[in-house]
Amino acid sequence: MKAFLPALLLVLMAATASGGGFVLTTEASDVPDDDGGRIGLVWTVSPDPAVPDSIVVERMAPGGEWEHVGSVAPIDGRYTDSELENGTVYSYRLVPWLQGEPGEPGPVVSASPEVRWLHSGRIGMLVITVVLCVIILLYIEAGKRGKDLFVRRIAGLNAVEDAVGRATEMGRPVMYVPGIMDMDDIQTIASMVILGRVARKAAEYGSSLLVPTCRSVVMSVSQEVVKEAYLQTGRPDAFRREDITYLTDDQFGYAAGVDGMMVRQRPAAIFLLGTFYAESLILAETGKSVGAIQIAGTAMVSQIPFFIAACDYTLIGEELYAASAYLSREPKLLGSLKGQDAAKLVIMIMIVIGVIGATAGYWWEPAGRVAEFLRFLTHVE
Amino acid sequence: MRLFLPLVVTFVCGIVMILHFFIPHRPISTIGDGLTDWYMIVASAAIFLGAANLVQVHVHRINTKARNWQYSPVVLIGFLAMMAAGLVWGVEESLPFDYMFQTMVVPMGATMFSLLAFFVASAAFRAFRASNWRATLLLASAFIVMLGRVPIGGMIWKQIPVISEWMMQVPNMAGQRAVMIGAALGVVATSLRMIFGIERSYLGGAD
Repeated sequence: MKAFLPALLLVLMAATASGGGFVLTTEASDVPDDDGGRIGLVWTVSPDPAVPDSIVVERMAPGGEWEHVGSVAPIDGRYTDSELENGTVYSYRLVPWLQGEPGEPGPVVSASPEVRWLHSGRIGMLVITVVLCVIILLYIEAGKRGKDLFVRRIAGLNAVEDAVGRATEMGRPVMYVPGIMDMDDIQTIASMVILGRVARKAAEYGSSLLVPTCRSVVMSVSQEVVKEAYLQTGRPDAFRREDITYLTDDQFGYAAGVDGMMVRQRPAAIFLLGTFYAESLILAETGKSVGAIQIAGTAMVSQIPFFIAACDYTLIGEELYAASAYLSREPKLLGSLKGQDAAKLVIMIMIVIGVIGATAGYWWEPAGRVAEFLRFLTHVE
Repeated sequence: MRLFLPLVVTFVCGIVMILHFFIPHRPISTIGDGLTDWYMIVASAAIFLGAANLVQVHVHRINTKARNWQYSPVVLIGFLAMMAAGLVWGVEESLPFDYMFQTMVVPMGATMFSLLAFFVASAAFRAFRASNWRATLLLASAFIVMLGRVPIGGMIWKQIPVISEWMMQVPNMAGQRAVMIGAALGVVATSLRMIFGIERSYLGGAD
């Protein structure tokens, strides 16, 4: 304790210091919200035109000597020292070097790296995540117990079977476009889940299924998902690996490739489900021009209007994620949908309380504090 | 085992990645970073699968003289030319790979992008037909917003740009945020279903 207090005072006093050389002020502080071992340095320099060639960062551990830890350009203004021992107070100084000669060192500053168990800017998000997870899991449990769960009608998902049936009747293929992002995107994962259901329908009806992909991993996953669907339907012979192809990683190259396939093969049903950007309307309009029934779905807010304008059915945002549960009608999955709705209700209540609190907070302080608390909960760094 | 192992891997990786977002401490941080790096390595290695698939599919089409096979040699020649240029001379500026990229790939991409203008026009024509009261409302809103975004709108009436901005920032933004909140909840629910093994259709069914 006797040694700790002076060390703490030293850190507090020496964390920021100013001098009269090229480096005017230096500030040292623990890098926040990391696993420790890092100290950040920030400095300001003199407006003097004699700019040094470089600035050498020197560090001194307790009981040690100054040692060179890094060299940066003078205008960088910041440096992060890493691989330090947590809880140890380190001193730093910046030495300007000009034509191979060291100049006057900047002020000496000290700081100690600290370790954090929880990211301080994400505590509110953690609370919200736990609450949402509990609500959803409770409803899943209710679904498991066989509770009757009503889920509203989603026209786009009801039309899946009709679309595949139409393609079968017309003797034309079904095309499934899983978006342009990789498997680390949750929309692509949701799309793969729906692909399994669509592939099963296509296998049942004996329709051919084309899946042009924009990423190699998505192609591999799609091939496996479709193959399993054909196996489960008892039609492994009808599975054609060459129909699930990789085109290119390039956004507009992919759009051109898919458009070409649409025009040449004239699919009767097109599914555009996943993450889309500017190519969304190019694909949807081409699909429209070949007379296909189109079911689109994305959570990309800026692309939804394009799909609504050009496609017959559009799954808006959350409906894309609800598709698997809706199509399977499995109680556990439907339970998660109801949980999603309940969580939405909680968020709506929070929004209403927040709006009222922020408005009433002008006249009544406690209401303002409620709004402030909700702002803290929803703030994420 | 065929189903159990993927479910265990999904559960462990999912939980670690959730914890990684909230806990910067070791070993969660190092495991989370490691998993992210593994994904990058797997995704990079998978590019060979994609390239192999491309060549295989188009060679097969040429061999079997499948319908529209004439396009396949174009794809293969383009693919091999770009690959050879990159492997032989490198990909730095002003070398053959960069030349082909800048003078062929970039203009072709820009051409596709520019087609969007025509598609927007045709889609807008259909969407803005005043067939019912909602479509009429959409038409009126779009008319005001578009008029407010060009100088003539302010010249007709100086409040048009203000109304246009209000429509974008208030009702439009509210709608967008509602979709985003719903989608975010969908992400949470989908992730939970997969992490806890409730959603298994991506493993090939097994409902």
